[in-house]
Amino acid sequence: MAETLTIGKALNLGLRRALEDDAKVVLMGEDIGRLGGVFRITDGLQKDFGEDRVVDTPLAEAGILGTAVGLAMRGYRPVCEIQFDGFVFPAYNQIVTQVAKIHARSRGRLPMPIVIRIPFGGGIGAVEHHSESPEAYFAHTPGLKVVAVSNPADAYWGIQQAIASPDPIVFLEPKRRYWEKAEVDTEATPGPLFASRVVRGGDDVTVLAYGPMVKTALQAAEAAAEEGRSLEVVDLRTLSPLDLDPVFDSVRRTGRCVVVHEAPVTLGLGSEIAARVTETCFHSLEAPVLRVGGYDTPYPPSKLEEEYLPDLDRVLDAVDRAMEF
Amino acid sequence: MSVSSATTEMVDPVPGAAAPHLPQQPDLVQLLTPEGERVEHPDYPLDVSAEELRGLYRDLVLVRRWDVEATALQRQGELGIWASLLGQEAAQIGAGRAMADGDMAFPTYREHGVAWTRGVDPLHVISLFRGVDNGGWDPIATGFNLYTVVIGAQCLHATGYAMGLQRDGAETATLAFLGDGATSQGEVNESFIWAASFSAPVVFFCQNNQYAISVPLERQSRVPLYQRAAGFGFPGVRVDGNDVLAVLAVTRAALTAAREGQGPTFIEAFTYRMGAHTTSDDPTRYRLASELEEWKLRDPIARVKAHLSRTGIADADFFDAVEAEADELAQRIRSGTTEMTDPPGTAMFDQVYAEQTPLVAAQQAQFEAYQASFEGSEH
Repeated sequence: MAETLTIGKALNLGLRRALEDDAKVVLMGEDIGRLGGVFRITDGLQKDFGEDRVVDTPLAEAGILGTAVGLAMRGYRPVCEIQFDGFVFPAYNQIVTQVAKIHARSRGRLPMPIVIRIPFGGGIGAVEHHSESPEAYFAHTPGLKVVAVSNPADAYWGIQQAIASPDPIVFLEPKRRYWEKAEVDTEATPGPLFASRVVRGGDDVTVLAYGPMVKTALQAAEAAAEEGRSLEVVDLRTLSPLDLDPVFDSVRRTGRCVVVHEAPVTLGLGSEIAARVTETCFHSLEAPVLRVGGYDTPYPPSKLEEEYLPDLDRVLDAVDRAMEF
Repeated sequence: MSVSSATTEMVDPVPGAAAPHLPQQPDLVQLLTPEGERVEHPDYPLDVSAEELRGLYRDLVLVRRWDVEATALQRQGELGIWASLLGQEAAQIGAGRAMADGDMAFPTYREHGVAWTRGVDPLHVISLFRGVDNGGWDPIATGFNLYTVVIGAQCLHATGYAMGLQRDGAETATLAFLGDGATSQGEVNESFIWAASFSAPVVFFCQNNQYAISVPLERQSRVPLYQRAAGFGFPGVRVDGNDVLAVLAVTRAALTAAREGQGPTFIEAFTYRMGAHTTSDDPTRYRLASELEEWKLRDPIARVKAHLSRTGIADADFFDAVEAEADELAQRIRSGTTEMTDPPGTAMFDQVYAEQTPLVAAQQAQFEAYQASFEGSEH
């Protein structure tokens, strides 16, 4: 059945279905119960599934993740909401030293099927710590998987697939796109979670993006088309593990590659992708892989965020540089 | 720059605690005095049979012998490091023996005595300190989690696991181990808050061995640790950590309360780390020899032996038999350690994920090919 859903509503329905399908699924987070979360992603779920399955936790992120570890050891599947990206760091110790390592530490005896939902990225005019893109910290940590959704269908299916996965997953939600709508077929058979996807075909430059930047990349492709340039846009979807085979296929055709993300460019996902594309497609490249990202500054006060965040023009500027190289 | 004090006098954070000749602290639960005299406590009656007493003595002697052997093995280069439990045997055996089937312990990296009570093979603990693995035992089957090295992180795991027990309607509880230093960790305080808010069936068992490596207790707390529990809304008890009977009684009561739905308890087992923090440490840099001598008078094993002898519950033959068993255990640990083989290099790739990623699989294949390239060559 196809319905038109926002990303936020798709996540809500996906979580609802996960709660229905598996009695071991437990949602935990700050304000997720009675309030339904500050973005209302868990709206109505506590009312329908009770306080033991949709848990309003005390206000401490390490506590949320640390107790999730214990629940996972006992056979539960905790889904932790971190209210905003910048608030994940109090839980960073538990995520990196425990959640990521316990499966390996125990030689596979203790799986950690924990999902860490994080609304991430900027563009909402918020104060400090509410607009960050912390994905590289987690992608750098063996034992974690990291995905980022960009559209309602991926939100609906992706959250269910992440919850069903036996490994811990950082699930990044593009908060400024929560209200974007698209049709979702809730009866379809979803594709794999850990796969990138070509979302627009093209011949001149391969543009890679994920999360909120997919829309920006598509807008850039639209604008480029008016100038006679053909951009192929790939939604990376999975940041750890990366699924780069479709990217390599694309770059071998286009010879040019631009990676776009909101996070600062230095040692961001773009750095790793540039290295791997260069290693694998060296003889096909007409230009170096270029990165478009946030500057290497703290995320600025919101009156400056439009200057900080990559937008259509900065993507096109990089495309120009790749073409002129 | 301020100078705190011109004197070198040791500040005693808990007056009288470190001086066994002074009157006993009124708050300290004790059932067996350092001289081996059985005393009663109104809140903690304990019926313990002669056989149980002999069993506790045997536990204490065997884990100390294991510990001594492991320290020797480290000195001989067979272990990378060893964290000694010397002096804390009664706290660990008492706590471990208070647990019931189905209870789950969440240890730090020093709970070898608790491991012993859960039936964990000492060699599965030794393998961690030799660098063969991160602990070779099955945490769920033994009811004894793997060692957690990041200070205090396991207190939240114990609380979360207890919340799972609660949801399952299981009539069991968790026992979270921590040290005095860990009480300063934010995560430990968060675990107290969670445990209290959800009335989780968890008991926090703090071995206050007076030092966090080199830093004495007064840097961690202005109040006796057990008093902190009140601020979180659950009971705190201080027990003589060198008295195996008192620890057994207090922990048993706390676990029973937890299983019955009364929520958490904080136990401060007042003890002393007789050895170094680990084999890499040098305690002469931060504590006085006289302090150690005072604590030797409160030895956790000597008082049980005195009690067994005085009451006639055990005789010389029994003590000799335990010594012989300890020697056998030490021999088994020694030979088991030196015969331990290194894991294959490819093992590091196997369990990174439950579902291995293509990246890790590719690196594993690359590693294997690289290793294979040396086969037949001298290197």
